[in-house]
Amino acid sequence: MSVRVGEAARAPDFPRAAQHLLGNTQLRHNVRQATNVIRRKRASVVEELPDWQALREAGRQIKQHTLRHLDFYLEQFELACTRAGGHVHWARDADEANQIVISLIQARHAAEVIKVKTMTSDEIGLNAALEAAGITPYETDLADLIVQLGEDRPSHIVVPALHRNKLEIRQIFMEKMGLSDLGDRPEDLTNAARRYLREKFLRVSVAISGANLAVADTGSVCIVESEGNGRMCVSLPEMLITLIGIEKMIPTFQDLEVFLQLLPRSATGERMNPYNSIWTGVTPDDGPREFHVILLDNGRTSVLSQQESRDTLNCIRCGACLNACPVYRQTGGHAYGSVYAGPIGAILTPQLQSMEHSQSLPYASSLCGACYEVCPVKINIPEILIDLRGEVVERGDAPFSERAVMKAAAFALEKPGRFSAAQALARVAQVPFERDGVIRHLPGQLGGWTAVRDLTAVPKRSFRQWWRERTRGNLA
Amino acid sequence: MLVSLFITCYNDTLFPNTGKAVVRVLERLGHAVEFREAQTCCGQMHYNTGYRREAIPLMHHFLDVFQDAEIICIPSSSCVAMIRDHYLKMAAASGDSAVQDQVEKLLPRVFEFSELLVDKFHVTDVGAFFPHTVTLHPSCHSLRSLQVGDKPVQLLRGVRGLTLIDLPEAAECCGFGGTFAIKNAEVSAAMLSEKTRCILDTGAEICTALDNSCLMHIGGALSRQLAGVRCLHLAEILASSEKGEVL
Repeated sequence: MSVRVGEAARAPDFPRAAQHLLGNTQLRHNVRQATNVIRRKRASVVEELPDWQALREAGRQIKQHTLRHLDFYLEQFELACTRAGGHVHWARDADEANQIVISLIQARHAAEVIKVKTMTSDEIGLNAALEAAGITPYETDLADLIVQLGEDRPSHIVVPALHRNKLEIRQIFMEKMGLSDLGDRPEDLTNAARRYLREKFLRVSVAISGANLAVADTGSVCIVESEGNGRMCVSLPEMLITLIGIEKMIPTFQDLEVFLQLLPRSATGERMNPYNSIWTGVTPDDGPREFHVILLDNGRTSVLSQQESRDTLNCIRCGACLNACPVYRQTGGHAYGSVYAGPIGAILTPQLQSMEHSQSLPYASSLCGACYEVCPVKINIPEILIDLRGEVVERGDAPFSERAVMKAAAFALEKPGRFSAAQALARVAQVPFERDGVIRHLPGQLGGWTAVRDLTAVPKRSFRQWWRERTRGNLA
Repeated sequence: MLVSLFITCYNDTLFPNTGKAVVRVLERLGHAVEFREAQTCCGQMHYNTGYRREAIPLMHHFLDVFQDAEIICIPSSSCVAMIRDHYLKMAAASGDSAVQDQVEKLLPRVFEFSELLVDKFHVTDVGAFFPHTVTLHPSCHSLRSLQVGDKPVQLLRGVRGLTLIDLPEAAECCGFGGTFAIKNAEVSAAMLSEKTRCILDTGAEICTALDNSCLMHIGGALSRQLAGVRCLHLAEILASSEKGEVL
């Protein structure tokens, strides 16, 4: 089995990628503006619900329950979906899922597909696999279209082109749609996208969608969106293929009540999404003639086996943690080297890959807790980050110099005598660097601190020395 | 009531004045203070960086030192958060029910400095005089883990002569994050520059907080910028009096 999360296995580590992105002032400005707008909207629609905390708790409990009994609910979904005329396929990893999609498209002799709302397809690298098989994918979600045409990578879970402003989008559209002129008002850009996409909707006979939620008892699939392009994709083509990560399951149709409140308010700051599509199998004379669901594992069952961190799979991909994260807000999503950026990406990406790759991601956080505070299903992201850091260290993958410093510090701190000696040693060691109680330059890794900040020098007398002298009566 | 001070390792080493200030405030309010010299560190740096194995003996040591303390006062919300949020889990992982029991009995006796004054002693006016303009950085652990709410603000409002100025974007992290500031030095610096911009916007002379760790980071940048703004732990403001006592 080969689990793959986009190009994450080959991505540079977070500090290096971040350093590069921090120099891009346009990107930082765009990310800042966009996350500020979404945060403000989210805060106001969350505030107006008196039972928001109860809703979060309900969301958490439903997800936790479903994941504890996932085998049952997956089979229930398969049965219900099949009864309603759908076909259910099981994919262990990225390659299996890609192969199933390609076979289904080739069986229809189709050479093009339209796609909507499927970050999971980015996870498994579907577009590249389709192109290699001679099939052209067209992204139809506006933001995904901007990313695809710009030969770019998504930088946000919900708003993949959040790092682009309208002038950049205008430039991309003009170049890639072959337009000689285009206004820069949002209406102008939307009209250009509409003209470009309408023709695809009417021509292409196969669509690939993702799913926000899958309902086990009815075998239904749900996507929520703002544009209606998803509605086009799931209703116009002759064949619809829906790719679903197995963690997207919820037990009953009634449970949608909870998630269709939590998701739009957390994701885009709306009370309800403009388009909520829920479909079950196939319906005679309405919608696609052929409907396939691919249930994807790609590392999810191995995450599920981890007691400390399995809550990661509760995630409903609302992106609220990204907008709240002070680290994400500085770097944008590309620094995370994965389709899953921000705090949730920092815990999900390394786990999907069994901690083999992306080990710098659990450290890409100041543990400020803003993510946990906004998470609609109460994933304790800071705690999971700490657990994953523990795994990095226990696998022996932490840098040698760090391990040496940590072990020495632990040795010194275990006994008060050793600690006092270490304090005295620090006072001597700082002599070459200290002036007037301030250290302005330090060598090696500690230079990262003094590059932008002064460091308080160790004062002559520690608190414990002061206390000792005081109790001896030398001081008042 | 006898208050046992856990000064924390970095306050002991780098910010002894904060410890002296805590002692002064508590004694002024009529409480006896003890300092158990066997104390060292809560284990936060190790635990949060992934060195769980190294953090465990530090937890045991802390539990042994403070086992029979009546009240434990800690002038650092991140260290209190370490104890409250992680000790039970660490104890459970050890599989030793006696240790779990020890932690459970200890937790209700652990107070962050502002919690101790406001919740336990029901005091918001500690008799301080501090004729300066001050802004408060509500550190992440105090805000989101301890949820101290407006306790530090209540205490600052009780200080005569003090003008408190609201900090814009106050709830944003300053970018310290312990070893984060070293391991992700550039991102930390970017976060810090926003925090210092907000602090400078207030025009305050002094930035205060419940954590010297954040203040060391923020103050380090303000010092490098020669910004003319100083960082001071809340305890040091509360310890100031009209007598002009010098710590």
